[in-house]
Amino acid sequence: MTKHRLAVGALSRGLRRSGVGTFSQALAILLLAIGAVFMLFPLYWMITGSFKPMSDAMTLPPEWWPLHPTLRNYEQLFRTAQTYRWILNSFVVASGSAILAVVTSAPAGYAFAKKAFFGSRMLFLLVVLTMALPRQIALIPLFRTMQALHWVDTYQGLLVTFMAYPFGVFLFKQFIESIPSELLEAAKIDGASEIRTFIAIVLPIARPAVGAIAIFAFTGGWNDYMWQLVLITKEELITLPIGVARLATNLTNIDVGLNMAGATVAFLPMLIVFLLFQDYFVKGITMGAVKG
Amino acid sequence: MILGNARVSRERLIGRIWKERWAYLFLAPFYAPFILFILVPTASGLILSLYEAGLTGQRFIGFENFVRLLNDEAFVHATINTFLLVVGIVPAVMVVTLAAAVMIFPLPRVWQSFFRLAYYIPIVASGIILSMIWLWIYDPNFGLANHLLSVLGMKPVLWLDNTNTALPSVMLVLGTMMLGQPIILFLAGLGNIPPELYDAVKVDGANDWTAFRFVTLPLLKPVMLFVLVTQTFTAFQVWVIVLIMTRGGPAYATETIAYRVYLAAFQFYRFGYASAMAVVMLVIAGTIGLIQLRLMGEGGSNQ
Repeated sequence: MTKHRLAVGALSRGLRRSGVGTFSQALAILLLAIGAVFMLFPLYWMITGSFKPMSDAMTLPPEWWPLHPTLRNYEQLFRTAQTYRWILNSFVVASGSAILAVVTSAPAGYAFAKKAFFGSRMLFLLVVLTMALPRQIALIPLFRTMQALHWVDTYQGLLVTFMAYPFGVFLFKQFIESIPSELLEAAKIDGASEIRTFIAIVLPIARPAVGAIAIFAFTGGWNDYMWQLVLITKEELITLPIGVARLATNLTNIDVGLNMAGATVAFLPMLIVFLLFQDYFVKGITMGAVKG
Repeated sequence: MILGNARVSRERLIGRIWKERWAYLFLAPFYAPFILFILVPTASGLILSLYEAGLTGQRFIGFENFVRLLNDEAFVHATINTFLLVVGIVPAVMVVTLAAAVMIFPLPRVWQSFFRLAYYIPIVASGIILSMIWLWIYDPNFGLANHLLSVLGMKPVLWLDNTNTALPSVMLVLGTMMLGQPIILFLAGLGNIPPELYDAVKVDGANDWTAFRFVTLPLLKPVMLFVLVTQTFTAFQVWVIVLIMTRGGPAYATETIAYRVYLAAFQFYRFGYASAMAVVMLVIAGTIGLIQLRLMGEGGSNQ
């Protein structure tokens, strides 16, 4: 009896030391952890799978941990110089998207938030409405516009998605509205020009929004599979997701290890970006929906 | 007299626009590409749905495309599947993410950020990568899913090759991508509820469940509405998972509208026909959005 009580006491003390207050919290953590394992296991399976030789990847019972780890899959992936090109292309598209999204959305969000002008309500309503549109409706005419502009198989064509990023405008407007107008008035009285006010006062305060939009556009550009699939026909412009998906849909040669190596290479940059900038992700997601 | 008035107001308008020129200058870098790459293509898409159009030439055919859609077996299946997918997955996602958020919220900070991270990472990985991994897990010969069944003493299942299991298997993969964002939103929503409200109902003798029912739920309504609408749209537009895992098969079991649009437009180059499908998507999405707004009583207004 006392032994039992001691054990419970030790358990709850142990839990408290690890920052967990009550038994029900420990239960919650257990449940959530089971869910988290389910969410993360496929990625574990991908990474470990990328180090397995083909025979081990396709064997049962499965190897929970690579028993004969090999770099063969990565060697094969990088033996063709194209993989480097895919990575380069994806980085160009992702960073270009991030820069363009911020450069175009921030001033527009500022105008909607702090300027009174003719048509502002209507123009903003249009922006919000397009956020709810299924993308498919504009996809075909946009493709034809690209043909007309000779932007098929070009970087600028791939960047089109984030040249006008309605969510970016929406987020910047939300954020910049919270900047006191007196601050901007004061700058004006001090003789600051419109552009100076924007760059020296608005942008620094709106830094969380800049970060959030840059991150969203970066990952969005990286994973903009639909548009890239439609727009790219030339080998030199193939991006990492397109190249990697080609491995997966290559039915004549199913090489699980190679597929997983490709998937891992496509995933790691996104994981690093996410881990480094997760606060911006969270801010961006919540700013759009929950004010304050 | 009337003409004179018109001239005066036009001059006034021009004067006003000149006075407000800075606003338009700040707007221009966004609005020019917005018109060119979003507004005009959207309008053209609506118009294109009334044409028979391919790589070369186009011909006005009125509503013929929509009539053809009704007789297109693949499209009918795609519509039904898309509907099943949304109805099957969105309520489940709502319940699971709300429960998860309520469990995560009182936890210490470290655990909060860990779980927020863990549940969001599949979204970062993207549908392409997840589909590739699950394709391996679902493999009938050397996949993990069947291995687990055999350990439990059950018969193997042809996950993606059986008309009964293919769509649920796709939904499961989609589901792992739909939890992260709502959890983050619900956590933020919970953080905005003043703790005094809970103290007040506790004084009145309420237990945890009544507190949840009469404080948490009503105050989370705006967030719930937002999650409901955004997740419905996400589920509604699924196609990458289908493209990589099943290509719509077996026997139309996993066709979705968004995947049909892609096929019609960029595999068969039937641009007008594909646009008609996209218009159907637009109408359905708009209707669902409006119904959901009504059902939730336009809860967004009290934010």
